Amino acid sequence: MYVLPFEKPVVELLTRVKDLRELAKSDQRLTTELRRLEDKAGKLARELFADLSPWQKVQLSRHPNRPYTLDYVETLFTDWMELSGDRRYAEDAAIVCGLAKFHGKSVAVVGHQKGRSTKDKVTRNFGQAHPEGNRKACRIYEMASRFGLPILTFIDTPGAYPGIGAEERGQSEAIGACLAAMSRAEVPIVATIIGEGGSGGALALGVANRVHVLEYGTYSVISPEGCASILWKDGSKADEAATRLKITAPDLLRLGVVDCIVDEPAGGAHQDPAAAARLVDTALWTALRELEGLSPAELVADRYQRFRAIGALLA
Amino acid sequence: MTWPQRKPAGLDASEKKSFGKGVFRKCDGCDETLPAEDFEVNFEVCPKCGKHHKLSADGWRELVLDDGKLDEWDAHLAPTDPLQFTDGKAYPDRIATAQKNAGAKEAIEIGRGHLDGRPIAWGSFLFAFMGGSMGSVVGEKITRLFERAVTERLPVVLLQASGGARMQEGILSLMQMAKTVGARERLRDAGLPFMSVLLHPTTGGVAASFALLGDVNIAEPKALIGFAGPRVIESTIRQTLPEGFQRSEFLLAHGMIDRICSRLEMKRELSVLLGHLGPQAHG
Repeated sequence: MYVLPFEKPVVELLTRVKDLRELAKSDQRLTTELRRLEDKAGKLARELFADLSPWQKVQLSRHPNRPYTLDYVETLFTDWMELSGDRRYAEDAAIVCGLAKFHGKSVAVVGHQKGRSTKDKVTRNFGQAHPEGNRKACRIYEMASRFGLPILTFIDTPGAYPGIGAEERGQSEAIGACLAAMSRAEVPIVATIIGEGGSGGALALGVANRVHVLEYGTYSVISPEGCASILWKDGSKADEAATRLKITAPDLLRLGVVDCIVDEPAGGAHQDPAAAARLVDTALWTALRELEGLSPAELVADRYQRFRAIGALLA
Repeated sequence: MTWPQRKPAGLDASEKKSFGKGVFRKCDGCDETLPAEDFEVNFEVCPKCGKHHKLSADGWRELVLDDGKLDEWDAHLAPTDPLQFTDGKAYPDRIATAQKNAGAKEAIEIGRGHLDGRPIAWGSFLFAFMGGSMGSVVGEKITRLFERAVTERLPVVLLQASGGARMQEGILSLMQMAKTVGARERLRDAGLPFMSVLLHPTTGGVAASFALLGDVNIAEPKALIGFAGPRVIESTIRQTLPEGFQRSEFLLAHGMIDRICSRLEMKRELSVLLGHLGPQAHG
């Protein structure tokens, strides 16, 4: 397990609890002691994490052990059927799409996917989609709309890929088309920012009726490094840029960009992926229930009004 | 623009000043020095080599709209500072400077005009205002442009020149991409045409939202159009980019735009296209 410097005390604490949990399995007398320590560790971990800087949260959102889209797919859904390809040029593994059952009902799933191993990271292009990934997403949005399937998206990308091939094959148009397809979809859409919400590439999965962000997720128009290199010609001032850009979950809630913050287990989602998945599950289930009564036209109008209202200006 | 000899020997201050007023100008394309007036009467297109220099929003109105007249909508909308953003210079100060220099409240003008007698909804970016970047006001005005076009049954002609989303408004700028595209889709549903005119440069959040979703995408020659800026791409892939990469001609060859059109032909082409796509003028 990769440990960030500021995580160290929390990780040590949680490791001790885990060890005790193992021991308690064979010795019933330890159960009470375990409960007490679990509570205490949880509280302490929360306290230690209460004052994380925006830049530390950015690092958590990119944590290599953080649960990725396919980890959530495994725990939240049944009958998963991955669907591949944009039907035009290629399959892009930076975005995974598929059909699945969520609490017994069929849904369409679209999510960015980062890799774990070095080889996997390269295959997934670090979660940075080419136009083909976005066009695959677009295809699924349109299909889900035709078949009346709610769409659940999982956002976790540094951004859409900036490269020669991506430009040749129309990255801009591909993202624009995703925004249009999501705007038009006559089904409920719930987006969850599970890690990094990087710019246009994130938004291509983000035009939803409800947008959720995990406690240590971020969402930004530009990466803190990119912002720093533009403003101060110095990418190392990313921590300062992270603060100024207002990209953490509480900022996003305050700005009206997200509708709810999904709590993470003590120490972050990667310390207890199963617990994180349960929290995401509850949030998704609640959101879908709220949207259940809306007609197709009302769902489109709800989404339009949601984004229509975002912005700050003097009239 | 660089002059070959900024300080010719023996030139005194008053003479230098007369140079500075711009009696002569050098073309960025062919390096030819010509009377500045030759550029002005030709809408900033070099009469020698055809290089398109930036044309102001005023110039575009003059060039495309009948009598250069625009009945402007929502010119009062002004930006604010939702993030209390500063990068050494506070965002409100940047806004004030931009407003003073551009003589406008924000980086786009919208309104109703006529093109060869046909009423149209017109939008035109002011690149001089913070690089035509899209923050809350630009997003709102583009949204209103599409919405009002639907209400008044007008085709939309939108001229883009923008570096993309406005960093100083952070995530709120990103959200304008979703908002504007939603409005663009309402125009589609209303059966009204969207003429997207891509000027130099059209990149980032503007390119990746409505700009390439025109029913017809027309670009000026050699305009830079793309998702990521060339410097970002170069630093990502660590290669020098090929000549002509992300220029209009490159986009045409890759199927992303319908036409490349000289500025001086733009009015005629838009007129013919709107004639084909309507809505047909009644009475």
